[in-house]
Amino acid sequence: MTAQVQQVQTKTGRLTAYKQDAADQININRRARPFDDFIRALLLLAGIVSILTTIGIVIVLGNETLLFIQQLTPEGEPAVTIGEFLATTEWQPVGYKFGIWPLLEATLMTSFVAILVALPLGLGAAIYLSEYATRQVRDTLKPILEILAGIPTVVYGYFAVTFMTPLLQAIGGDAVQFYNTLSAGLVMGIMILPTIASMSEDALSAVPRLLREASYGMGATKFETISKVILPAALSGILAALIVGISRAVGETMIVALAAGAGPNFTLPPNFLVGAETITGHIARISGGDLSYNSIDYNSLFSLGLALFVFTLLLNMLSRYISNRFREAYQ
Amino acid sequence: MVATAMQTGVAQTTAIEISHMKVYYGEKLAVDDVSLPILKNKITAFIGPSGCGKSTVLRGLNRMNDLIPGARVEGEILYHGRNLYAPNVDPVEVRRRIGMVFQKPNPFPKSIYDNIAYGPRLLGVKSKAMLDEIVEMSLKQAAIWDEVKNDFRTKSGLALSGGQQQRMCIARTIAVEPDVILMDEPCSALDPIATQKIEELMRELVANFTIVIVTHNMQQATRVSDYTAFYSIRKQETEVGKENRWGVLAEYAPTQQLFERPAKQETADYISGRFG
Repeated sequence: MTAQVQQVQTKTGRLTAYKQDAADQININRRARPFDDFIRALLLLAGIVSILTTIGIVIVLGNETLLFIQQLTPEGEPAVTIGEFLATTEWQPVGYKFGIWPLLEATLMTSFVAILVALPLGLGAAIYLSEYATRQVRDTLKPILEILAGIPTVVYGYFAVTFMTPLLQAIGGDAVQFYNTLSAGLVMGIMILPTIASMSEDALSAVPRLLREASYGMGATKFETISKVILPAALSGILAALIVGISRAVGETMIVALAAGAGPNFTLPPNFLVGAETITGHIARISGGDLSYNSIDYNSLFSLGLALFVFTLLLNMLSRYISNRFREAYQ
Repeated sequence: MVATAMQTGVAQTTAIEISHMKVYYGEKLAVDDVSLPILKNKITAFIGPSGCGKSTVLRGLNRMNDLIPGARVEGEILYHGRNLYAPNVDPVEVRRRIGMVFQKPNPFPKSIYDNIAYGPRLLGVKSKAMLDEIVEMSLKQAAIWDEVKNDFRTKSGLALSGGQQQRMCIARTIAVEPDVILMDEPCSALDPIATQKIEELMRELVANFTIVIVTHNMQQATRVSDYTAFYSIRKQETEVGKENRWGVLAEYAPTQQLFERPAKQETADYISGRFG
């Protein structure tokens, strides 16, 4: 029996030694693979670092926010309550007024304008690139679009101040202040346009050719196919693009810091032609100055940071929910 | 001409007359000089080895090749006396009359009802009662009604099995009442039982429709078709190690005749499995 096995191995067993098989026995025992383990540890480390960073940020933000709401006025009263923070409309650190709404309103206003610009233009560009453009045109335009996404936002900020604001003033006259949320929002829309266009184009191109053929085969026109088959099938991807766009707009700092204004300003109804300061713009301006550690101003910035963090987190969760909800679209 | 033939009930009317059809992809010739009639209320099968151009010819019949950049068709494809490739012919209108069923079932990610109602809605049917009727009739004609009648309004077309999906796609195609249905290997993704159901369905549908089917399966051609067109490949060496290949129509005959008494040696070789 053993002899027989040996005979077979000598015939075809040139690699037997490499397999660490004994003469009469194959070795399929589990063996150590240190390199594999090392790679796995390295990748695990990469994952852990990013998770720890996130946790660290949350702890710092939470801790400073806690200090913020524990701050007392010189008279010994609580300087701010969570209720005041979330529900009042004046932000005047000097007077111990910490209502987030003027800042939040400016953030919402600039983001709203940005989405109003970027969604129709971005989606339009995406539909054109994916459905109408010839291959040649697409291969030329898409890289250009992606270059647009790589321009530093400070450049966009200057573009807003030196081009968009004068343009708006030329149109609107004195009603348009030099610093205004409209100019910042419009330019921010141009900034996120390539992101929305590029992500939407990916979603549209991913719709299987078979679905298009089914529609054309039924005698649908191009527009009918796009509106009734391709857009619904790509909806989850387009919504994801929209949410990413909103998140970028909400978190964008340089453009609003340069063009929107440098002072909290709550307007009701919202006035897009006057200056106002967004959450990010405020953090950038205040933290740039000489701010003493552990002062209430200092702590208040972290509470704003936390609010922003929670806001974008909610948006991300929403986008996750939306893509899961519509995931089974095709396949 | 066709109308009179229908009124008098004469068989063997031509639904589509293909004459000297050539298809190019860019500069490359894909199919050379195909001429054959597609007879009304008959099933015509296109068979032949891979790359012989049978699918290309089929997709040329409702201008689906238009969707491929660089594709070009020469020759005449007469349908109701009109050349389908005349400049003033609208491919969208052609496809509303010459429908297509694809190789892989391709339901829209919508309910079964919305899948079937898609075509009629494109035509402008808005009445809910009429849509209901069309959907039910089409599902019945496609022999899938009994399997979906309880939940076809809500169930996604994608939730059906592969064979059911393909019958639903056939229902979707016949919902617009086309003259001709083109089927591009409709059973190649299906198991034998589902295949049998589709074949039975085709025999039923041919009473009302003209069917052209591309198939790799010669048994299928003998089982379902009335006429068979056998396509073959021609090669020409352009330079050393390089050759051009294109498809031609080698033989067209009533199915039984083609399989039992093929006129050409290459047909005999192919159907007996000696080639391809």
